[in-house]
Amino acid sequence: MTEVSQPVAFPQDRSCPYHPPTAYDPLRTDRPLSRVTLYDGRQAWIVTGHGLARTLLADPRLSTDRTRPGFPITNARFAAIRERRTALLGVDDPEHHTQRRLLVPSFTVKRAAALRPDIQRIVDERLDAMIAQGPPADLVSTFALPVPSMVICSLLGVPYADHEFFEEQSRRLLRGPEVADVLDARARMEGYLGDLIDRKRKEPPGSGVLDDLIHRRAGDGEIDRDELISLGVILLVAGHETTANMISLGTFTLLRHPDRLAELRADPALLPAAVEELMRMLSIADGLLRQAVEDIEVDGATIRAGEGVLFSTSVINRDESTYPEPDTLDFARSARHHIAFGFGIHQCLGQNLARAEMEIALHTLFQRLPGLRLAAPAEDIPFKPGDTIQGMLELPVTW
Amino acid sequence: MRIHIDKDVCIGAGQCALAAPGVFTQDDDGFSMVLPGREDGAGDPMVKVAVKACPVGAITLSDPAD
Repeated sequence: MTEVSQPVAFPQDRSCPYHPPTAYDPLRTDRPLSRVTLYDGRQAWIVTGHGLARTLLADPRLSTDRTRPGFPITNARFAAIRERRTALLGVDDPEHHTQRRLLVPSFTVKRAAALRPDIQRIVDERLDAMIAQGPPADLVSTFALPVPSMVICSLLGVPYADHEFFEEQSRRLLRGPEVADVLDARARMEGYLGDLIDRKRKEPPGSGVLDDLIHRRAGDGEIDRDELISLGVILLVAGHETTANMISLGTFTLLRHPDRLAELRADPALLPAAVEELMRMLSIADGLLRQAVEDIEVDGATIRAGEGVLFSTSVINRDESTYPEPDTLDFARSARHHIAFGFGIHQCLGQNLARAEMEIALHTLFQRLPGLRLAAPAEDIPFKPGDTIQGMLELPVTW
Repeated sequence: MRIHIDKDVCIGAGQCALAAPGVFTQDDDGFSMVLPGREDGAGDPMVKVAVKACPVGAITLSDPAD
């Protein structure tokens, strides 16, 4: 660990959408722990080693409660909404465990497997529509976003007819661009979920996760209306934005690696390993946030109570001591223990569903469109800035 | 070898059931359990992968002689 070097600013924009910013190179040579400077000038620790990340993400002395004074925040938009706690990802145990327990039965490996036929049908329909209209097409708006959006609607019991509304509010919540956008989008999303919950209360229960929470859990007094709304917002936003980004950026990455794509087409059994490797390589949720609630001794340094601790998933998932030649896309490696879904008690609730969606979407897309290619020079295609979940803003393709 | 799952620690991420589906599953509440008759790991080499994949360290292996 270098004490004297100027801390790297975090986060920064990527120069290639599937590689960490080159500005993070000092973090990669300085594992497993460095210092970074945040947007507001404050400094924080950043974990960059794979082993240390697994240890610390499972350490209860690190809090995820954003309302704590001094909690590290990575941009002004998130700072504006940190006064109220976010369900699940902003809550520590034991409260977190209580919330998660309500949802776990809906996100098991078995449940994700049972949803595969529905996901396949949705993927087929979206591709039918895209093929009927094109080529060319913007893969983000015609495929990568609608597929997970429809899947999460069906799972939660949210009407897909409202998708333009909640996709727009999700976009504003995550990317603004202004602080006012975030505050307004949060109010609109909460209003929408509140109305939906009130409506569902008066109706016979449907088959969605929200119906289950309203009719079976809320009836037992386990969960109140505000908590239901907060859970609904996080499930709806996290349930479609992240997967949409993996589908768009995963497609772009495969098109930029024709040898790997040919390998995958020749042997569909590689699909699960390919999805794990893409998750590792793309690490779209880069910059997990925590705050030490006690002093923690690590690697010859002391993280003091109150100090911010960030985890750069893109840097951690390229730790060469865990993943040799980490910048190479390699489906033969075992990428299994990547931390792109996080680690510890907050590891992604929807990861089994996300894997099923990524596998079916990527497999079906490349199977049905063997001539799929970019319809613009790769370097001209816009992608998301570094201070939000990574992904393509557009993906012009032809076939 | 005996497999032990700490149900108070398990968060139902399902990573054991994904890694070693011949040994682990998730119960009706979504929490992990060892399939009946597989408490010794059934010689499955993926059991160790499942232990490492658990995000909360809920799975431990012990020698039945202990």
